[in-house]
Amino acid sequence: MLIYVARRLALALVTCAAISLLTFIIIRLPPGDFVDAYIANLAVGGSSVSAEQADAMRREYGLDKPVAVQYALWMGRVIVGDFGVSMMWKRPVTEVIGDRLWLTMAVSISALFLTWTIALPIGIYSAARQYSIGDYVATTLGFIGLAVPNFLLALILMYLGFRYLGLSVGGLFSPDMAQAPWSWAKFRDLMVHLPLPASVLALAGTAQLIRIMRANLLDELRKPYVVTARAKGIGETRVLVKYPVRAALNPFVSSSAYLFPYLVSGSIIVSLVLGLPTVGPLLLQALVAQDMFLAGTIVLLLGILTVIGTLLSDLLLMWVEPRIRLQGRA
Amino acid sequence: MVEAARRVLSVRDLVVDFVQDTGTIRALDGVSLDLHAGRVLGVVGESGCGKSLTARAVLRLVDRPGRIVSGKVLLDPGAPAQQELTALDPEGEAIRAVRGGRIGLIFQEPMSALSMHYTVGNQIIEAIRAHSGLGKSAARQRAIELLQEVGIPRPETRIDAYPFQLSGGLRQRVGIALALAADPEILIADEPTTALDVTTQAQILALLRRLQRTKGMALMLITHDMGVIAQMADDVAVMYLGKVVEFAPVQQLFAAPRHPYTRALLRSVPNIRAVPRERLATIGGAVPHPESRPTGCAFHPRCPEIIAGRCALEMPPPLPPDQEGASCFHVMPKMMVDA
Ligand SMILES: Nc1ncnc2c1ncn2[C@@H]1O[C@H](COP(=O)(O)OP(=O)(O)OP(=O)(O)O)[C@@H](O)[C@H]1O
Ligand code: SF4
Ligand SMILES: [Mg+2]
Repeated sequence: MLIYVARRLALALVTCAAISLLTFIIIRLPPGDFVDAYIANLAVGGSSVSAEQADAMRREYGLDKPVAVQYALWMGRVIVGDFGVSMMWKRPVTEVIGDRLWLTMAVSISALFLTWTIALPIGIYSAARQYSIGDYVATTLGFIGLAVPNFLLALILMYLGFRYLGLSVGGLFSPDMAQAPWSWAKFRDLMVHLPLPASVLALAGTAQLIRIMRANLLDELRKPYVVTARAKGIGETRVLVKYPVRAALNPFVSSSAYLFPYLVSGSIIVSLVLGLPTVGPLLLQALVAQDMFLAGTIVLLLGILTVIGTLLSDLLLMWVEPRIRLQGRA
Repeated sequence: MVEAARRVLSVRDLVVDFVQDTGTIRALDGVSLDLHAGRVLGVVGESGCGKSLTARAVLRLVDRPGRIVSGKVLLDPGAPAQQELTALDPEGEAIRAVRGGRIGLIFQEPMSALSMHYTVGNQIIEAIRAHSGLGKSAARQRAIELLQEVGIPRPETRIDAYPFQLSGGLRQRVGIALALAADPEILIADEPTTALDVTTQAQILALLRRLQRTKGMALMLITHDMGVIAQMADDVAVMYLGKVVEFAPVQQLFAAPRHPYTRALLRSVPNIRAVPRERLATIGGAVPHPESRPTGCAFHPRCPEIIAGRCALEMPPPLPPDQEGASCFHVMPKMMVDA
């Protein structure tokens, strides 16, 4: 089991390194660099930059060096915790990102949690009472959940929340709290604002997980060990929860792992609509401006968080699956 | 001989349908049989004839879209405490007391019949505690005794093993221990050795035989192997397409099989004295799907002794329960001779 965990950890490290390289390559992929984008932007406003000024800027940010050298320099600094300076904001990247990373995590993890708590019981119910009215209702709602775009739901909920509940919608904080330093009151404010974006983000994932859970459980319900359990004379609910549901959790857990990156990327549009201070909108701006240190850092950090999430779900899988725990394989 | 032993279970004219979009399948078409204390009833027939379904219907474990349409299952028939299992709520307390408590079930595939998510001990202890007031540690002690009884070496460590850590033979022993957990008087074993190699098969059969004898249990042994029948059964019910077509004591069945289907089954068994490598005789044709049950005698499309103009049109008289005979026009039913 320790070997298994060690192998997973090593794999996670390799994945992170690969992510950093890929990030860098992808960001350098579009023609031109930050300075070109910057000049184009200024040109729109009617001003211009001389060739010498442009070269000076390139030298300052190291853009004149070959790509491989740029990557090496950047990684060398990243490893010691220096993520560089955002060219667009002219401030250190870490400062620009600020709380946004943790707020992104908070939104995504709440959405994940919500997804689980809704999808699990509904999926179980749907399978156990296959073809019942409740199953049809759940399946239909699930399809709608998959089909409705997130941002549309965000707009609708925003309107409803504002119109009928008088909530200050948009953002993760009330206007007076947004700039305030962290305090108990600010945390409570966050908790009040979290459910709306979390539900919006959870929607599609929930619909998907209900379908996964239902299909898994229907598979398991056909297996002989369910008959064995019934033939012991234990109650139907106990049979269901102890045996097939437990077995159906395995693919449920592993498919949940893939939900996390999906939630983060899904949060970009929702964040724009709801005005959430997450990394999503920032990443979008950075990519448009070709601010490679900012964009690179965001993508790298998200990648690392995703790898950690996957690792956690692997460990969870070991916990629910004795065969993996004891034999190190599925 | 049969009359001497106490009847513990009677199945009467049991009919089970599967209602599907494509139509209704009559999977059991009036099955009748009896189990007696201390005796082994062998139930034999080709795949799909309804052997497993009969076992499940007895315990009310037929899943949708299957449904018991008519017929009765009686526990302790004729006794003051007679229970009509077919009248019980399939999820109720009463049938749950019977499952595992009065009737133990042993399955074919010990790998898939046990959950891979819990230890052997966990699964056995659960069965023990479902039918007794034993506390956790007493139930664990009892589970170790059970494992010992079914011949599992080092039961006090094996109890904490997961089923996937055991060999096929040991797993099936666990399956037997599980069925014995609450000391049932009736054991139904559904092809308990089909998934095992020959040596293990012999060991498991010997174990079942010993347990059945010492505990005086009634054993319903489902198999499609005539060799197993010869070795284990006292009486034999031969099933074809959801019906019992012949019933006889085991020597009788092998010495003078009455039904053409039984004779065909016996021909397909490798004879001990036969020249090795001689090709096995097989029954011509495939089992028709219950969906397209032939008219008249269901066996007539494959019957070498078919009576033209009769078997395809008329149904041979059904077999009265618990009496030697066969449901075939060639066989005069015993009761008619008696009358
Ligand atoms: N879920 C189901 N849906 C439709 N028909 C079913 C279902 N389960 C069983 N049947 C029907 O019941 C019939 C009897 O099945 P059963 O499992 O009892 O056969 P069996 O005699 O045990 O065969 P085997 O030797 O293969 O175990 C099958 O031929 C099939 O037509
Ligand atoms: S009734 Fe006719 S078809 Fe059926 S087994 Fe007897 S002889 Fe064959
Ligand atoms: Mg079967």
